[in-house]
Amino acid sequence: MYFGLSEDQIFFQDNVKRFLEDQAPLDIIKKISEGEDLSTKNELNQGLINLGINNILIPEENGGLGLDLLFASAVSQSLGEGVATFPFLGPYVIAPIAIKFGASDEQKEKLFNEMSQNLISFGIGFSEYFGSRDSSGLSITNNTVTGRTLFVLDTDYASHVMLCDKKGQIGFVSLDSEGIKIIDLTTVDKTRTYKEMSFENTPIEILDNTKSSSLSIEMALNAGRIITAADSLGASQAMINKAVEYSKERKQFNRVIGSFQAVKHMCAEMTAELEPCYSLVWHAAYSFDNSNKDSKLMACLAKSHISEVSKMVSKKATEVHGGMGFTDLLGLHFWFKRIGLNRHILGSPEIVREEAAKAQGL
Amino acid sequence: MDLNYGTEYEDFTKDVQKFCKKFSGVIITNKKGGALTALSSVASSDKSDGMKVTRTEWQKILIKNGYFARSIPKEYGGYGGDIDIIKNRIIAAEFASNRIPSPMGGQGIDMLVPTLLELGTEEQKQEYIKPTLHGEMIWCQGYSEPNAGSDLASLQTKGELIDGNWVINGQKIWTSTAQYSQMMFCLVRTEPDAPKHAGISYLLIPMDTPGIEIRPLVDMTLNAGFNEVFFTDVTIPEANIIGKRGEGWAVANATLGHERGSLTDPNATMNRLNMLIDRMKQETINGEKVINNPAYRDKLIKLQGKVMAFQSNSLRVLSAKLNQGQNVKMAGMIQKLIGTELRHELEGFGIDVMGELGTLYDGSPNLRDGGSWQFTYMYYLGLIIGGGTSQIQKNIISERGLGMPREPKTQQGA
Repeated sequence: MYFGLSEDQIFFQDNVKRFLEDQAPLDIIKKISEGEDLSTKNELNQGLINLGINNILIPEENGGLGLDLLFASAVSQSLGEGVATFPFLGPYVIAPIAIKFGASDEQKEKLFNEMSQNLISFGIGFSEYFGSRDSSGLSITNNTVTGRTLFVLDTDYASHVMLCDKKGQIGFVSLDSEGIKIIDLTTVDKTRTYKEMSFENTPIEILDNTKSSSLSIEMALNAGRIITAADSLGASQAMINKAVEYSKERKQFNRVIGSFQAVKHMCAEMTAELEPCYSLVWHAAYSFDNSNKDSKLMACLAKSHISEVSKMVSKKATEVHGGMGFTDLLGLHFWFKRIGLNRHILGSPEIVREEAAKAQGL
Repeated sequence: MDLNYGTEYEDFTKDVQKFCKKFSGVIITNKKGGALTALSSVASSDKSDGMKVTRTEWQKILIKNGYFARSIPKEYGGYGGDIDIIKNRIIAAEFASNRIPSPMGGQGIDMLVPTLLELGTEEQKQEYIKPTLHGEMIWCQGYSEPNAGSDLASLQTKGELIDGNWVINGQKIWTSTAQYSQMMFCLVRTEPDAPKHAGISYLLIPMDTPGIEIRPLVDMTLNAGFNEVFFTDVTIPEANIIGKRGEGWAVANATLGHERGSLTDPNATMNRLNMLIDRMKQETINGEKVINNPAYRDKLIKLQGKVMAFQSNSLRVLSAKLNQGQNVKMAGMIQKLIGTELRHELEGFGIDVMGELGTLYDGSPNLRDGGSWQFTYMYYLGLIIGGGTSQIQKNIISERGLGMPREPKTQQGA
């Protein structure tokens, strides 16, 4: 019995973390998020791909690393910690999992091979499956798709976008196809990009096994939720670290503010709530990797619980910084906004908790 | 990551399950010992057709089968098995899910025995461990005083060595089960001139010694869970000391560690969550089951997320005991704070689920689950305060865990 990350996982996680610390300090992230520095974004993207993080979930026989979701969650934590501008969740987690559980053998062979060589990359438009807003919706018939999806993830470098209808049928369209309208959305979180997309009889290739089974979309959502939780976990840890560090330097009334019990207790509360979240993410990823019967429940609990804890951390850690925490100068808001956005990606806490209740027969 | 215990534990698990089946519905008679035993009855249902055994008989059955005092040597009254954390966990999990009564706990078993094993003399081990494990010798803990709570080391109860005996004068408070106890382990200031922490000794006091007066202190649950204990020229043998003179603080810290671990059993919390779900399936509002009410439902899953996180955290702490080099310092440090606060919140939600009916108590008509939700809700508020308050825990986490500046400590006070 061993509960925790392996040495390999920690090593990989540290590599990503160190790469981001060296190559993507906050001033770089700021420039990228202002849309000024596309070449730096491309370099960072390539650097992370060189580390192999695009290939974690691709099978070895198709040129991937053949690793598991626990591995991916360890990496996701580092990306959240560094507020990375790299689109990890959609193309490198949700897409391979959807293909693994939904594609025919033929489709798998072709798609995984192309993905491992980075010839093809997917944005993800699944929102209408778990909660359509603003009357959005997709209708997939006769190998074409028509309709509107409101919140497509991670299309920065995408050649294709993967879509899901209300029944859980998943297909993918080339972004070069006819009949696609793309609108850039502007969220609070400038480290990642989101699109609204409309389709009009656009050709779509359906993942074969999703015609008759919702296993693929369910597993893809479970994986995506765990990875999003891990991202918020990393972002929260970064905020706590910054708050503790700041409180040991900043002086008022002739003493560091970290010597005041009010400030110490805020830091202790954040830490005490966040520490068990590591175990929850690992446990959920382990359940996923072993196809345990409670894997959906665990994924939902991880996503919803960590959404709440990270929201609390993002507020308190900002408060510890006082007025500086509120400024753009310090840039703490990048983590605050990342956590705020992760909270709603792939299902807001209330939606996910209701799914958790249903998953255990309540 | 590997949560399998391994095939070598499969047979063991089957043995435990067989035992649980044999003793299914067993009733423990002559329950006494205040709040702690009242609490252990919370987990058992109102079955009345099971086998009846006394507390001490049950202790002996458990020890004989190796389900209690498993790794304590036979010569001291234990089972004499090897230390195997996984087996202990399997026993706890199977007992919890089959509603088999836990072994008797209490401060003698949970705190004094581990301390004696670690720091006691051979004579002390021979004399005290066996009757304590068998439930024949009940212990209470004499630590807190009216003016020494969170700042325990400022305690003032005085012990003087006169003609080969300790003569003790002073007062203790918050002493659980003192009225049922044969013995007290007690912190006493024996070196008045030494610095505050270095002036304390750890003494063992027979409760029938002349000069001891016990006054029950009724707590908010309306149980006399605590007592005040007064000492007037209480005279005990010089040998009734663990460790040397002035080493009592270190000895006490060893036992405080044991206490913090035992108050926040994640299996018990998970069990209680399952009872809460059962209750929500039974209670109705306007004919509709509470479990189907969206507001209550959402809050339940919120709680479940916290419970699952806490349980996973404790698995991680367990894992570090089995695998060397795993750093779980923070995961261990937060357990008392999170465990007691979470349980209090869970019990409070159990009350909310029942609405007005949740306020019933003391054998009232329409009472649910023996009033256990109100009782445990209040009891856990006591545990949030006892054994180092939540605020003290936050000091520990921020100072020892996060390296933030320490609270100023006065050197004097003794």
